[in-house]
Amino acid sequence: MKRSSQVKISTAFLVVIFLTLILSFVAIYWAISEVILGENYGGALSWLLIGFIGLSIATYMLYQTRRRIRISIRPQPVMTTLICEKCGFKNLREFRRGDYVFKETDEKCPKCNENMYIAAIYREVKEKV
Amino acid sequence: MMVSSSALTSICVKLNQPFGGDILSWIFTLLIYIFFAISIFYGQRIQLHVWLREVEGSLYKLKRIRDEGRKIAIETIREIGKPVDDPTEHVDRFLEYFTIQPVSMDPARVVWKLEHILDVRDNRFKDEVRLMAPAADETQVNNLENTLEAALALNMIYKIIRHYYLLGKKTLSLYVIMQLQMIMPMVMREAEAYASALKAFAYGQPIGDGAGALVAAKLMRGYQKRKIAKDVVVATVPIEGRTAYVLKAEGPGGNVAKPGEAIKQLIEENDGKIASIIIIDAALKLEGEKTGEVAEGIGVAIGGPGVEQYKVEESLLQYKVPVNAIVIKEDIADAVSPMRKEIFEAAEDAINRIKRLIKERTKEGDTVIIAGIGNTIGIGQ
Repeated sequence: MKRSSQVKISTAFLVVIFLTLILSFVAIYWAISEVILGENYGGALSWLLIGFIGLSIATYMLYQTRRRIRISIRPQPVMTTLICEKCGFKNLREFRRGDYVFKETDEKCPKCNENMYIAAIYREVKEKV
Repeated sequence: MMVSSSALTSICVKLNQPFGGDILSWIFTLLIYIFFAISIFYGQRIQLHVWLREVEGSLYKLKRIRDEGRKIAIETIREIGKPVDDPTEHVDRFLEYFTIQPVSMDPARVVWKLEHILDVRDNRFKDEVRLMAPAADETQVNNLENTLEAALALNMIYKIIRHYYLLGKKTLSLYVIMQLQMIMPMVMREAEAYASALKAFAYGQPIGDGAGALVAAKLMRGYQKRKIAKDVVVATVPIEGRTAYVLKAEGPGGNVAKPGEAIKQLIEENDGKIASIIIIDAALKLEGEKTGEVAEGIGVAIGGPGVEQYKVEESLLQYKVPVNAIVIKEDIADAVSPMRKEIFEAAEDAINRIKRLIKERTKEGDTVIIAGIGNTIGIGQ
């Protein structure tokens, strides 16, 4: 399967879309003209229906050809909780490479100047209801 | 206004004449008949192509995920391992590695054969990582190995799906294409889970699968540890008047180690005089269940190929030791991506359950084994 970032569209597929579009416009035009001429309102409604169905199919097919798939693996926001064993002061910051749970860090507690340890590393997810 | 209206009417009449109202209606009627005829004779084939197109879209997405995974692995090796040469070729070779399972026609000793194969595989992978990343320490080697294994899994998923896609396209087999199209949502979910695992492994973040290891780490913190089996640490912890051997894989590098071997050794060290074994592990939740829900049960809650579970079950049978399991529920994506807050908080609930179980199922002075199972990446002890 050869596929670059730009999706290749076959000519036959484009011709089908183009033909569907033309026929849809003709059907809509036909419906409008019948209404204006006041000849057959029932028929006009049928043409209008056919025209819009065709138009939506062609638009959908065009949309499908334009659709691009973009993938990127982004790091999820992960938080690290540091705790001072002496006074219980808690500090929350973003995860840094080298952090692990129960690591004794060099980061000082702002209250008692003791070294803090990593008590938790997690990410928070907001559930869709 | 009247003039413009009549002018429009005459334009419409003139424009209608070249088409001929009847001719156009004939064309449309004919088109409808053609549409029905095509639906009857080629409906299935059209459906087949629609499915193929859907699979093609997912396959393209899989390819992008696979390529991104490979890129992350190479970048991480360059960053951490500081290799002299470009590691790209080595990584590409690694991504094609395969493992052949032992033959099971004669099932006797197949577990030990499988264990040997897995040991060789593990050693080979670690050696390859050391060659690729000479500057990496032991913890980083483990993390890099996990990163590469996630990239390898993505490569495998992509290649298998591509195989069936091309096979379906070549043979136009409805059943091949239909099955492929039906399983694609689940395959994509798994691939996306591995993709998020890649980043977690590369950064050395704790993952959901490490829930059991986290519980053990919390219990053994501050106590003397010793190595028992390959990459397994054990601490003797007094809990509720009982002596508990708490064990987990040695962290903080990505490692699942051999907890089954460690439990077996501990049972033998104590001549089978173990009042109870409590095994804590992460388990896949059913849809509708909450992430981080804790559940209790009976049995050896050790996942993987089954070798470690087998070893524990053999020892349990020999010494008739009761075994309890506590699981923390999560889905596949949570199991391999950075640990969610709910799972982290569930560790406390699991500890309370362990204490309750010990009080209910054992007497004071008894000896128990508490095993925290799972990948200990990002979790020390």
